[in-house]
Parts: sequence; C-alpha cells; structure tokens
Amino acid sequence: MAQAVSQTPPSIGTSLRGSRGRRRRESAINGILLAGTLISVLISVGIVLALLFQAIEFLRLVDWNSLLTIGWYPRRGLYDIPTLLLGSAIVTLIAMIVATPVGLLSAIYLSEYASPRTRSIIKPILEVLAGIPSVVLGFFALYWINPNIVQLIFPSAGAFNMTAAGIAVGILVIPLVASVAEDAMRAVPRSLREASYGLGSRRITTSLRVVFPAAISGIVAALILGISRGIGETMVVAIAAGGTGGALRAIDPLGAGQTITAAMASLATGSDQVQGGQAPYLSLFFLGLVLFVMTLLLNVVGDVFVRRTRQRY
Amino acid sequence: MTASSPTVASGAVRRSLTGHGPHWPSVVFQGLLAFSLLFTLLVLLILLLDIFSRGLPVLGQRGIGFLTSSLSSNPALAGVAQGLWGSFALAIMVAVLAFPLGIATAVYLEEYASESVLTRIININIRNLAGVPSIVYGLLGLAIFVGAFKALGVGNGRNVLAGGLTMSVLVLPIVIITASEALRAVPGTIREAGYGVGASRWEVTSRLVLPAAVPGILTGIVLSLSRALGETAPLILAGAVLGSFSSGNADILGQLFGPYTALPMVVFNWTKQPQQDFRQLAAAGIIVLLAVTLAANGLAIYLRNRYGRTW
Repeated sequence: MAQAVSQTPPSIGTSLRGSRGRRRRESAINGILLAGTLISVLISVGIVLALLFQAIEFLRLVDWNSLLTIGWYPRRGLYDIPTLLLGSAIVTLIAMIVATPVGLLSAIYLSEYASPRTRSIIKPILEVLAGIPSVVLGFFALYWINPNIVQLIFPSAGAFNMTAAGIAVGILVIPLVASVAEDAMRAVPRSLREASYGLGSRRITTSLRVVFPAAISGIVAALILGISRGIGETMVVAIAAGGTGGALRAIDPLGAGQTITAAMASLATGSDQVQGGQAPYLSLFFLGLVLFVMTLLLNVVGDVFVRRTRQRY
Repeated sequence: MTASSPTVASGAVRRSLTGHGPHWPSVVFQGLLAFSLLFTLLVLLILLLDIFSRGLPVLGQRGIGFLTSSLSSNPALAGVAQGLWGSFALAIMVAVLAFPLGIATAVYLEEYASESVLTRIININIRNLAGVPSIVYGLLGLAIFVGAFKALGVGNGRNVLAGGLTMSVLVLPIVIITASEALRAVPGTIREAGYGVGASRWEVTSRLVLPAAVPGILTGIVLSLSRALGETAPLILAGAVLGSFSSGNADILGQLFGPYTALPMVVFNWTKQPQQDFRQLAAAGIIVLLAVTLAANGLAIYLRNRYGRTW
C-alpha cells in the first residue's frame, strides 16, 4: 500500500495540492478568518477585564460598610447592594408572573394545537412584539399600563412604580419564553404523541401529560433565559420605575424603586454626568460585574437545559 | 342477549369514543390558550393605538418639519433630525464593522475550524456573549472606546464613533449565531459535490455554501440592524447626549467627533420630561422609531419566508 503511493509520479501529488499561488491564497483566507474569530473572542475577554479592574478599584476606594446600609444613594456614598438586588428581584418576579403563563400557553398552542396556517400568522406577531425597542415599552408602561391597569387596581400606586415596570418587562420577555419553549416541545418526537393518541388520550392530556413533561428541560430553560432577560432589561425600569436619585431598601412593588440596571442608567444620565476616578463612576463597573455574573450563570444553566432536550431526542 | 344488542353496543362504543357532551377541562384549556394569544395581540394593538393617538397629531401638525428640526427645549420646535442622523451613522458603522467580522467568524467556525476544544470554547463563549445585557456592552464602550478616544485627544471621547463601535460589539454575537445557523443548514452533499470536482475549500465556501446560505445570513443581518437601531441602554453609557445640543454648522468630521444622539435616546429624553407636550413629542418620536425598526423586522421575516428553504 505504502509502496503504491510512493510509486505514483510526484506530479500528481502536486497537482492535487494545487499550484503554489492557490495554496497561498487558501492559507491567507484561513488566516483572515481566524483573525476575525480571535477578535470576537478578544471582545469577551475585554468585557470581563474592563469590568473586573474597575470593580476592584471601586472596592478598594469605598468603605465596605457602605455596601450594606439603608439604601442606594451613590452620590451620598451609600451603595447598598441589597436594595438593587431586591429591586431587580421584584421587577423580574412580576415580569415572570406575566410572561410564564402567557409564554408557555402560547408555546403549547403553537406546538400542539395550531394548524400550519394559524402558526404562520401568530409567529410573526410574536416576532413583531420581540422587535419593539424597550424604550417604547417603557413609555407604554409609564403612560398606559400604570394609569389604566396598576393604579386602577391599586389606587395607592405612585406615578412611578415597579409593578408597571414589571408588567412591561414581562411583555418583553413573552416572545423569548414562547419561542424557546415551543422549540423544546416541537423537538418531542411524534411517536410519543401518536402513542398517547393511540391509547385514546385527548389532545389536552397529550399536551399536558406527555409533551409538556417530555420537554420539561427546554421549558425550564425558557424560564431561566426569561429571568436572565428580565434582570438585564434596563430602559423599561429606568423610565417607569422611577427612583432616579436613589432608593431606600424596601419591598414595595407599588412604590418607586431601582434595579441594578436602572441604577446604572441613572448614574450615567444624572445631571452631573459621571466623572472618571470617583466612587460613583466606579460603582457603575461594580454593578456591571454583578449583573454580568448573574446573567452569565443563568445563561449557562439555561444552555445546559436546552442541550439536555436536544440530546435526548 | 337479544337481537338488538349489537346496535346498543355500537351506540355505547360511539358514545365512549366521542365522549358525553363537551369535555369541560378541554374547553377551559382551549379558552386559556386562546386568551394567552389574545393577550399578546391585545397588548400589541393597545400599544400601537395609544402611541398613534398621542403621536399622530404632532406628526400631522409638524409634518416633515418634525424630521428635519433639531432638538430643542421648546416642544413646538423640537425635532428628531439629530437622532435620525445619529441612528443612521450607528447603522452604517454596524454594517461596516459587525457584519463582515461576524460573517467571517461564522465561516471560520463552520467551514474551516476543525472540531476541537478550542472551537467548542469559542462557540460557548459567543453564545454567552449574546445573552449579556446590553447595558454591560455600554460599560465596555465607556471603558474602552470612549476612554480610547479621550486618550487620543478627540474631545471628551463621547462621539458617534465610540457609539458605533459599542453597537457593533453588541450585535456581533447575534450576527455570528444567525450566520452559523444558516451555514449549518446547507447540506454537506453540496460541499462534497464541490470537493469532488476539485474545488478548494475557499472555492467551495465562496461559490457554493455562502450563496446557498445568503437568505439566512441576510435575515440575521436585518434583525441585528433593527436591534442596533432600537437599543438605548448601551448608548446612555457610551456617551450619547441626553437632552438638546447643537451640532451647529460643523462639517462631517466635526459631527463624527462631536456630541451625538440617536433616535431611541431622543425618545427616552422626551419621555423623561414632565411636560405634557413632550409626552406627545415622545409618542411621535416612537412612531418614527417603530417605523424604522419594525420595517427592518418585517423585512427579515419576509426574507426568511420568501427565500428561506429547508433541505
């Protein structure tokens, strides 16, 4: 075998490899594409380093007691992190109360009930909703959802409150939850549905007792990714939840409040725009790091769940 | 027992197969499903109605002047011209920087790189980048791009170039992921046919695989453009001006290195103002913003439905 190869005239080997110019061009293109890929990787390293260094600088600069005080008032040197974590938790919880039922039911409908024709109408509607800029939802939350829904049910709610913001964030999250959950349910093999119908099950039983449990990993992933998206949402909360100057630590969904993201936005839009080198400026990066780590963890866990469904079927 | 028993039995069988009247849990469940879809539709409808009822009078009154006048503290004179210019400049930068880089990365990962631990890490890394909240990209823009322009002595560094770089980094993972999916959907047999007639890797990629993947790649590009046009949070940090400023009669260079804003920033600014007049202006601005972003989204959906194919 090896002899046969060595006996072939060398000219065939070179002509198979192509001319020198052609090989050179091939490797040049390989190099260009590799460089592009490396830039993309460098960006993520850049994000982490930029956040990390300035966050460490912040922790060196401030008194650590100021990280646990009565509220978040960066310009007065009060950096109470639990205030912001609570704010983010409240808004995200309200968002998921809205997005979980609507998103999952839409997913069940699209995957199990809709005819291809209905699907081709409903999918684009969800996609249009996903394409609405969040600043628009912020406007809607402040001037429509709050007066017409929140203040109607809870007359004590203020002009800015976290409930209205949470509902609007929920609306933003619906398309994401619906599409990830739908993908998971469509990945469930037909044979499972046919077995269920063969046993005489109704469509509701097949959907809820067979397809839904079979797709549970993907559904959990949809909710986790939805939470991650909700925590990272900035504009809606910055517009509708108020608390631009700061916020006291409190659990009051009907009051104004600040989330991690809104605190960052208001730090950057304050009348005295953030200046370099000071603690309030550096606190931006500390918050950014907290946010980055939280969403990264959620996304990684969500990804594990998504892949689990994909592997099973 | 009797002669009539077969008909009785078949009636019983039919009854037990079709059920005794409506099955109430099914009815309730289908009602819930319909409600969930109606909810989404209703939200979209109310949102559009609310915004149009507030904003259309302004647009009707001001006409084209709304699009051509600059920001102003006087609501009767304020317009979105600077926002439009800024958004346009950001879109151009994204198109020039993020699209080629993103597509090159996708081609490398899908067509060139061999399966290795490194490519797996890069893939995971890019997927995670897509999930990073947009405001974190704003921090990157503030720390790196604004910082770099400031260090180079270009004003205070808060210019549209820094904003465009930030937006490019923001949409890069989306471009890579959608382009990768489009490339992956091209069947291997097409590549094998190319190699079989002696084509090199680049010839197969550029003449066979990329043309076949164009609809998918285009859809991703349009979607990320719409994302870049609609994002506000990263621009707040990357130095877009919130409030009015004068571009004066600066030449194109002066505008590139001077203060800038973008359409969603203008909307954000007006939404924050307490006066009723600015609320109307914000709604009018939103109509312009929605026209731009929804047109892009609609185009993406159309491209996918029209040219998308499954092998």
